[in-house]
Amino acid sequence: MSIAAAQKRGFGAFLWDYLTTVDHKKIAHLYLVGGGFFFILGGLEALFIRIQLIAPENDFISAGLYNEMFTMHGTTMIFLAAMPLLLGLMNAVMPLQIGARDVAFPFLNSLGFWLFMFGGILLNCSWFLGGAPDAGWTAYTPLSAVSPTHGVDFYVLGLQISGAGTLMGGINFLATIVTMRAPGMTYMRMPLFTWTTFVTSTLILFAFPALTVGLFLLMFDRMFGSAFFDVALGGNSIIWQHLFWIFAHPEVYILILPVFGVFSEVIPTFSKKRLFGYTSMVFATMLIAFLGFMVWAHHMFTVGLGPVANAIFAIATMAIAVPTGIKIFNWLATMWGGSITINSAMLWSLGFIPSFTIGGMTGIMLASAVADYQYHDSYFVVAHFHYVIVGGVVFGLFAGLHYWWPKMFGRILNEKLGKIGFWLFFIGFHLTFFIQHFLGLMGMPRRYWVFLEDQGLDTGNLVSTIGTFLMAISATIFLINIIYTSVKGEKASADPFDGRSLEWAISSPPPYYNFKQLPLVRGLDPLWVEKMDGKDNLAPAEPLGDIHMPNSSILPFIISFGFFIAGFGFIYQTDHQAWNFAIFIGMGIALGSMLMRSLKDDHGYHISKAELEREAD
Amino acid sequence: MDNTNTNSFQKQKNKEEMKKQLITFVLMIGFTIVAFAIVATNAMDKMFAVPLLLILAVVQVGFQFYYFMHMKDRGHEFPSVMIYGGVFAAMLTIAALVAIVWW
Repeated sequence: MSIAAAQKRGFGAFLWDYLTTVDHKKIAHLYLVGGGFFFILGGLEALFIRIQLIAPENDFISAGLYNEMFTMHGTTMIFLAAMPLLLGLMNAVMPLQIGARDVAFPFLNSLGFWLFMFGGILLNCSWFLGGAPDAGWTAYTPLSAVSPTHGVDFYVLGLQISGAGTLMGGINFLATIVTMRAPGMTYMRMPLFTWTTFVTSTLILFAFPALTVGLFLLMFDRMFGSAFFDVALGGNSIIWQHLFWIFAHPEVYILILPVFGVFSEVIPTFSKKRLFGYTSMVFATMLIAFLGFMVWAHHMFTVGLGPVANAIFAIATMAIAVPTGIKIFNWLATMWGGSITINSAMLWSLGFIPSFTIGGMTGIMLASAVADYQYHDSYFVVAHFHYVIVGGVVFGLFAGLHYWWPKMFGRILNEKLGKIGFWLFFIGFHLTFFIQHFLGLMGMPRRYWVFLEDQGLDTGNLVSTIGTFLMAISATIFLINIIYTSVKGEKASADPFDGRSLEWAISSPPPYYNFKQLPLVRGLDPLWVEKMDGKDNLAPAEPLGDIHMPNSSILPFIISFGFFIAGFGFIYQTDHQAWNFAIFIGMGIALGSMLMRSLKDDHGYHISKAELEREAD
Repeated sequence: MDNTNTNSFQKQKNKEEMKKQLITFVLMIGFTIVAFAIVATNAMDKMFAVPLLLILAVVQVGFQFYYFMHMKDRGHEFPSVMIYGGVFAAMLTIAALVAIVWW
């Protein structure tokens, strides 16, 4: 094994390795590459939207294409960019942080990734096959039920497939954290990133079924003649809004909680202090998750739920500011009096705090049901959610990538490029979105293809578009940084940042079995505890012995490919019955592979003790 | 586990466990028969029958969770939290759809 790994391999072997891998570290690479690809796509769509809005009555793209652009921008960024990138970070880091050798179900982990990837590709195939979805990322009925092209069909099937993958990932992380913590790693000694991964996975488990149900209902309405959302036939189109937001509001916490975890790792490390108020951070995370389920109707204040429902949801929404505020103050207190190093990861974290707080403040404004009648569907809302999602999630992703890059890839990202990238993005971000608050307050509606001249909107939109280009340049610099680092970057030691948690106790990148012997955890910030005792590593909790490893498998790829084919079948069977064959073939491939997986015993293999002893530390 | 460790205490416990399982099983079958009987014989008003059926169902779910899925035993705190979390989220959804959409 080790000898084979040391030999030079061809590209084919490299590709096969990644197609069949069940190693959480390699699946993390796949998630980052897949999520990064869709992030670029979503970014290009954003650029097209902003170029269209650079001047009044512009005709850069047509009205129909503009609808497809903003729909796909939102859908891609949420489902195919932000979430996979976060799942990538979780996969790379969480098992290391709890001292595990892999996740609980390595095969499922791989299946989850490939389902996401094929779902994303299916969704984006719509661009070349008669038009992308054009009913907004929320796909509100009745618009989405009557949209004439196959776009919304691609939305339904693509999200259904990638959503199944995400659900699998969530369950997998839950099982991993509950059952696979190293000896001594009690719940209240888990690093905050592991905690937020845990709570996020719970949210995925409880929120995604609502989306699954909603998508199935929409699918049946569009393809098989049912009338769940068709008012004329006794349906109710508001049901879609409820189901969608019962999922989609927890979804925004699924996005933001993991990056709260990232900042809770980055800030203590670079302040050389333990996290201020660890316990309150844990409980604030749980409280946000709990409240996150009871606020979905604040997206529907203008639907006409009535004053009682509106008031309840308004107050529940405002309550979320309390645990979030606790977190913000804890981060500030962590830095207070610390010995602070300002590098790229820390810059993104520092930039996050004011940016996200602005987003939170406009959130409170929007939570006021009465005022929301003014803000609703205006650029004020657009500004608000970009402040929390870009200022929170994207900043957090960059912070996390800079922080854990050496652990994942063995090289430290270039600091100079990192800092230039941060400042360009930070300035560009605020240029783009701050002015949109005022555009919204002046009455510019969201999702409109053009605006008219001399209504006070010209300059604001121009400024906004300029900011977008700065962000695009910054993203390009990050890509250049990745290439530069992989060619010329400085090799990382096991612990380049003087870290505190377990992932820094093993080499960068870690060996494929992670821990030769499971470590014995003696407290919160386990590595730091040992450092303060004058040791450089953790004591092993077990004697050196054989390590049980899972076998690689191509089946997850084939199963996902089967569902991909079946997806096309479902979409086009409304045009011609012959497409039913695609459903049969696709489902046959998928179910057949599942059967094969079930019937064939796969016990994995063992790395022998002798081999482990041969591999020098 | 080797059999030499099975002392009389363990045997007694296993016996009790078996007894509880059987009692629950009989009760569940009884509940099901009662539920069918109520509907089949038209013995009750719809007004009473529907809530009664729901109560019988809830009790059966409780038996299922606590006896057959061992949620009453030690070491099942975590599954309990998750199950009640899921029940909470599901109830919220149902309550909202019933109260807001159809009321």
